[in-house]
Amino acid sequence: MSNRRADLIRKTAAYLLLAVVSVLVLFPYFWMVTTSLKHQTKIFMFPPQWWPDPIVWSNYTDVFRVQPHFPLYFFNSVYIAAVVTIGTCVFSALAGYAFAKLDFRFRNAVFLVLLSGMMIPTEVTAIPMFVWMTNLGLTDTHFPLIVPPMLGAGGMFGVFLMRQFFITVPGELDEAAKIDGCNPWKTFWRIMLPLSGPMMSTLAIFTFLHSWDNYFDSLIFISSERLFTIPVGLKLFTDTTGTEWHLLMAASVMATLPLLLVFFFAQRKFIEGVALTGLK
Amino acid sequence: MNHINTQTGAAVRRWTGIRAGLPKSKLKSAETWYGWLFISPMVAGYLLFLLVPIAAALYMSLTDASLLHESRFVGLGNYRQALNADPVFWTSIGNTLYFSAGLIPLNLALALGLAFLLNRKLPGIGLFRTAIFTPVITSIVIWAIVWKYIFATDFGLVNELLKLIGVQGPAWLYNMKLAMPVVIVVSVLKNVGLNMVIFLAALQDVPRMYYEAATIDGASRFRQMTHITLPMISPAIFLAFILTLIGSLKVFSQIQVMTDGGPGTSTYVLVYYIYQRAFKVFDFGYASALAFILFFLVLVLTLLQWKLRTRWVHHEQ
Repeated sequence: MSNRRADLIRKTAAYLLLAVVSVLVLFPYFWMVTTSLKHQTKIFMFPPQWWPDPIVWSNYTDVFRVQPHFPLYFFNSVYIAAVVTIGTCVFSALAGYAFAKLDFRFRNAVFLVLLSGMMIPTEVTAIPMFVWMTNLGLTDTHFPLIVPPMLGAGGMFGVFLMRQFFITVPGELDEAAKIDGCNPWKTFWRIMLPLSGPMMSTLAIFTFLHSWDNYFDSLIFISSERLFTIPVGLKLFTDTTGTEWHLLMAASVMATLPLLLVFFFAQRKFIEGVALTGLK
Repeated sequence: MNHINTQTGAAVRRWTGIRAGLPKSKLKSAETWYGWLFISPMVAGYLLFLLVPIAAALYMSLTDASLLHESRFVGLGNYRQALNADPVFWTSIGNTLYFSAGLIPLNLALALGLAFLLNRKLPGIGLFRTAIFTPVITSIVIWAIVWKYIFATDFGLVNELLKLIGVQGPAWLYNMKLAMPVVIVVSVLKNVGLNMVIFLAALQDVPRMYYEAATIDGASRFRQMTHITLPMISPAIFLAFILTLIGSLKVFSQIQVMTDGGPGTSTYVLVYYIYQRAFKVFDFGYASALAFILFFLVLVLTLLQWKLRTRWVHHEQ
């Protein structure tokens, strides 16, 4: 057998394997979309309907009729994730810069202590936090979904990441700034922050995805429907009489699509970001 | 401070001292002030949301705290109860380990295999990478909902396809033996892309010249794999292993959505049990003890990672 033929077989096998896994992984999206467009009576049909016939666009408007609060869940998820992301990035960058570039007493000791916070699982702190938030009257508000994730373990991870980045910035830069009369705040704001764009976007993507997916905290802390985020809001399509799959899938498509679009346009950044966070 | 070592640094330091007309110590105290100011939000966060809660969790685990009555100190009673007299605790530990033992080898092997395939510069390969990574950015709750629908007993797609070939499909998620394997497979498909890109990045970091040298020396592809590739990417494999393991000990969302711990207690995992005891029956003291056992496991693994990194791992910078 010639070398070229062996190579061809190897290539075909590689494509085949990749195709199988890709189909497995993409199929749920296909099924989600087609189900969301099926008529209610065609959902449980044998043999299964691969393509919706008729195509029922009104399922999408029905989502809002059946769950009038659905746009609110969406808004809640987006604004919570946005605030957590912005807060984490700003406070992490500030602290990361201080740990990397400023010289102050106990700097390294404090950094190590903060670093240790990264390994505290939220599942472990959730019970005292719940008791505490209840006493402060902050359960059933968005506070526990925003502030503790921002300045807790996720924040510590951000500090670590940003410090690693600022350490690689040449010392000459901030010394030049000092000569020009910049205090540390100005140096940070005018020079360091703009430089940290790539690392910051990595941290932002990572944090946003985490907050967007935060199911455990929403489940524990939120009880009023109007404060629900998407993951808990989706549960409302299931009641004692069963699940309205066509509506649930339509809602899921709407909840998945925006992030998916951002991903496709910035996928290199997403993948690099995730790979980087994994390796550091 | 690294800039003192550089000549420019030293010159600049002299300069700033002269220009600002400040003694060194005053500059330094300004920096101390700014330093503490900049880290203060995170330090406050650490104290309020990590240190105090973890200490409180430890304390609560030594009491019988509950919503129903005044809490009393019970010493190690909760831990004794969990370890000696609570079969559900051991079931949840067993199920968690079952989940981890199923998930990790599948996830790592598949991720590694895919990374090797993607590392070959074939045309169109980027599309596969994008596809397989997509579930990583999809909400786990939505992912689990869709798969629950696919594996539904009566009209789920899997069972309908089986019916087409004349097989009566099982009640996947309502079957003691099958529920956990289904959850494992669904979890692997969700996150395999994450480890895949970690491995891919590691593979692309291996210097080309190692392979060139090995080829000149007549090393076979297999030997190049075992003697160059695997040792070089071992830090990534080790890291992915620990991260996946820690993640799998904390599995919750997909269980809560797909099986709700059932059927029976066959998919009760540790975090699910903590959630039940803490937030369904409000047994805060006992649930805190369970949570602390989880913390202990995560802590040991993390420390193990730090300690063994240098010993196990061939190539470390």
